[in-house]
Amino acid sequence: MAATLEGLERGGLVRPAGGADAVDGVPAELVAEPSSVAEASRVLAAACRAGKKVVVVGGGSKLGLGNPPERADLIVSTRRMDRVLEHAAGDLVVRVQAGARLADLQDALAPAGQWLALDPPEPGATVGGVVAANASGPRRLRYGTVRDLIIGITVVLADGTMARAGGKVVKNVAGYDLSKLFCGSLGTLGLIAEATFRLHPRPAAAAVVTLGVERVEQVGEAVQRLLRSTLVPSAIELDWHGPYGGPGLLSVVIEGIPPGVEAQAATAAGLLGEVGEAEVLGPGGTEAALSRLGVLPWEKAEVGIKVAVPPAELPGALTDLGSGWLGHGRMAAHAATGVLRVGLAGPDLGQPEQVEAFAGVVDKARAALAARLGTLVVAQAPPALKRALDVWGPPGDAVELMRRVKRQFDPDRQLSPGRFVGGI
Amino acid sequence: MDRDALIRRFTDVVGAHGVISERNQLRTYECDGLANFRVIPSVVVLPETAEQVRQVVRACHEAGVPFVARGSGTGLSGGALPVSDGVLVVLARMRDILEIDLDNQRAVVEPGVLNLQVSKAVAADGFYYAPDPSSQQVCSIGGNVAENSGGAHCLKYGFTTNHVTGLEVVLPDGDLVHLGGKAPDPPGYDLMGAFVGSEGTLGIATKVTLRLLRKPEAVRTLMAAFEGTDHAGDAVSKIIAAGIVPAAIEMMDALAMEAAEAAVHVHYPEGAGAVLIVELDGPEAEVEHQFAEVERLCQEAGSTTIQIAADDEQRALFWKGRKSAFAAVGRISPDYYVQDGVIPRTALPEVLRKIADLAGERGLRVANVFHAGDGNLHPLVLYDGTVEGQEERAEELAAEILYACLEQGGSITGEHGVGFDKKQYMPKQFGDEDLQVMQLLRCAFDPEGRCNPGKVFPTPRLCGEAPGPRRVHPVEAAGLAEVF
Repeated sequence: MAATLEGLERGGLVRPAGGADAVDGVPAELVAEPSSVAEASRVLAAACRAGKKVVVVGGGSKLGLGNPPERADLIVSTRRMDRVLEHAAGDLVVRVQAGARLADLQDALAPAGQWLALDPPEPGATVGGVVAANASGPRRLRYGTVRDLIIGITVVLADGTMARAGGKVVKNVAGYDLSKLFCGSLGTLGLIAEATFRLHPRPAAAAVVTLGVERVEQVGEAVQRLLRSTLVPSAIELDWHGPYGGPGLLSVVIEGIPPGVEAQAATAAGLLGEVGEAEVLGPGGTEAALSRLGVLPWEKAEVGIKVAVPPAELPGALTDLGSGWLGHGRMAAHAATGVLRVGLAGPDLGQPEQVEAFAGVVDKARAALAARLGTLVVAQAPPALKRALDVWGPPGDAVELMRRVKRQFDPDRQLSPGRFVGGI
Repeated sequence: MDRDALIRRFTDVVGAHGVISERNQLRTYECDGLANFRVIPSVVVLPETAEQVRQVVRACHEAGVPFVARGSGTGLSGGALPVSDGVLVVLARMRDILEIDLDNQRAVVEPGVLNLQVSKAVAADGFYYAPDPSSQQVCSIGGNVAENSGGAHCLKYGFTTNHVTGLEVVLPDGDLVHLGGKAPDPPGYDLMGAFVGSEGTLGIATKVTLRLLRKPEAVRTLMAAFEGTDHAGDAVSKIIAAGIVPAAIEMMDALAMEAAEAAVHVHYPEGAGAVLIVELDGPEAEVEHQFAEVERLCQEAGSTTIQIAADDEQRALFWKGRKSAFAAVGRISPDYYVQDGVIPRTALPEVLRKIADLAGERGLRVANVFHAGDGNLHPLVLYDGTVEGQEERAEELAAEILYACLEQGGSITGEHGVGFDKKQYMPKQFGDEDLQVMQLLRCAFDPEGRCNPGKVFPTPRLCGEAPGPRRVHPVEAAGLAEVF
């Protein structure tokens, strides 16, 4: 027989929420911090029986993603589930609890000369949060995103059911790939308790080649030249300030062993030299460029927008956005993967007509991007603004199927209700 | 709806030339690449467009008839095994490459397009499609999607699932949906990721968007001979520990070499107990440097001879020996049973010894040819079906080998799929709750269980019931009891 929430509270596993315990302005009543999968299961089962709506939180670095939840009665933090369970260095595999911070995991892997090839920009992110929010960074160009690196998962469903899928071997097609289903599911299907990943050798050397760009056409040309070459860059990043902010900078990151990096950097500089002024950065410049690589172009109180288009459509997307309100923002892009982020102050929330106008601008940008097969997500905004627009945009023709998946995994909508695509 | 009515409806959709209903013709489709299991389907339909697939599936749905999709029929787990009272939907006539978009490094293809056809179509532009199952000359992209096919080079480049960015899918009720596309990070659940590798149980892919890769600047291949598999396994560990990610590392033992030699004359070194094929690719300077290191590490591990492919022709010969090994085993044994277990790479020597011991106990021979870099074993259990009791012993041995893989935390299948063949082993790898939760996905896509029924899972889940085995006890519900 299982516990009630009150029982768990007496046992110290659940505590009353404080003033700071809220999700996107939605206050919580209770907070639980389980330290194991079994405890997480007991908490969720008790919450399910009590009809409490649950929001799972990792490092809290991406809590602003999605719509504000309809309710957040119980916050379940994975903070105490932070152990690296198994690092099989010879197999290039690690199994880790979801609440472990990605940075701590990387530190634990570094002595073996290995890393989990994910470099999302949000500081303090946990492994579980990276999986749940499908967070990615510049090096996705070379290594893919979390879906490409996760090989196993342990989850707890809304009713407390514990289940795992995948395993700890890199190659494995036994059963459905639930690991991928949970990537980007934003806590709406279950609590991610543990994950297993394939690892990569940590590159021994790096070089950065830069190209000053003034026109969007240069961006497109430079990226195409790189993509059609035999170079294997880790990242191709663009800093862009729109038509009003002056010239932009394209940075090509090359990593590997020293002789290979040197040769590739020289080739890249040659290719980019045909488009504009290219430069292979020296050691100091390289270090500085790498340290600010992929930094989000928005501050905490600002509006953050993520655009995703097929890579060759990026110059077009820059043009679409550049002519309007969004063009006043700071822009940064993973230029060869087609991901563009825009940070800006947003409308004055005290002025309804400004809010409405901003929602109109987002709609218009979505329509233009749809013609390029792209999408626009409002990745960060004050809750009041979020309520005035649709942060996810049109969900496509698979939305009913997504709702069916949600109904199977969480029939009573216990988990982060309303936060996800299509009101899921 | 009776069979005749269904046949009439199919004929309306695809024309008479797209419907097969004569028993002797149906027999052509009674099995896939795994001939141990044979079932003659009720009807075979060969649609030519996505709309026809949709209408065929809708007809099955309305008639309450199960259906199975089939591509080229090269699968090795009975995943495309028909059901006797059901329809087989053969996608072989949907063989058009619809779009090649090199600016975005994508190709959009129909499901019947052959794997190698994609690479050939973009080769002149310096691109290729990375997943390369040994059957790539004949296997279809739709089948690759269903099975999440791998191949020798997935050590570095990943599997089908890492190279599909979009799908158009006909769901089991006949609805058409689009999952993913050419742009990254589409908002919503990654249903595409869940669909790839679902072995035809969630619907039929009618259009597939593939990622194309630029051909590497340099490719270097060597074949290193060793006294035995222990030494070869040691070389593999050393290469990985050095931080090198080869495009492929393949191993063959003496028996597999004997078979391949008889078939394609690779000239394996006399007396070698194992060979490794190691291939590196990438930018020239990096490949040259690391290739020299691989050579050194192989020598350190005790390699007796190292042959370096002098040109594309010799490289092709190395690979021909490897890729034809399954079929070649037919030359040294009348029958054989293929397994596809996976182990952590570091457990290779231990598991190979165990396989040899198990084989010895049963008086059977096992040829090993496998993807050593990612620990994906393909033990070929040799037997003679005409000798009383040998087939049973071979099956037993094959099962024991899978259990040995699972003991090491491995998997029962790395690339062939569970299909019909290995579904009884799923409860050995996963717990009841794991399997129940997986089937929640099935219930969302196919609540009536009519899409490739009887595959992957040993027991189907009835959909519509509350998920998970937990039930609230009445006493508990009344708030009368609690237990920590």
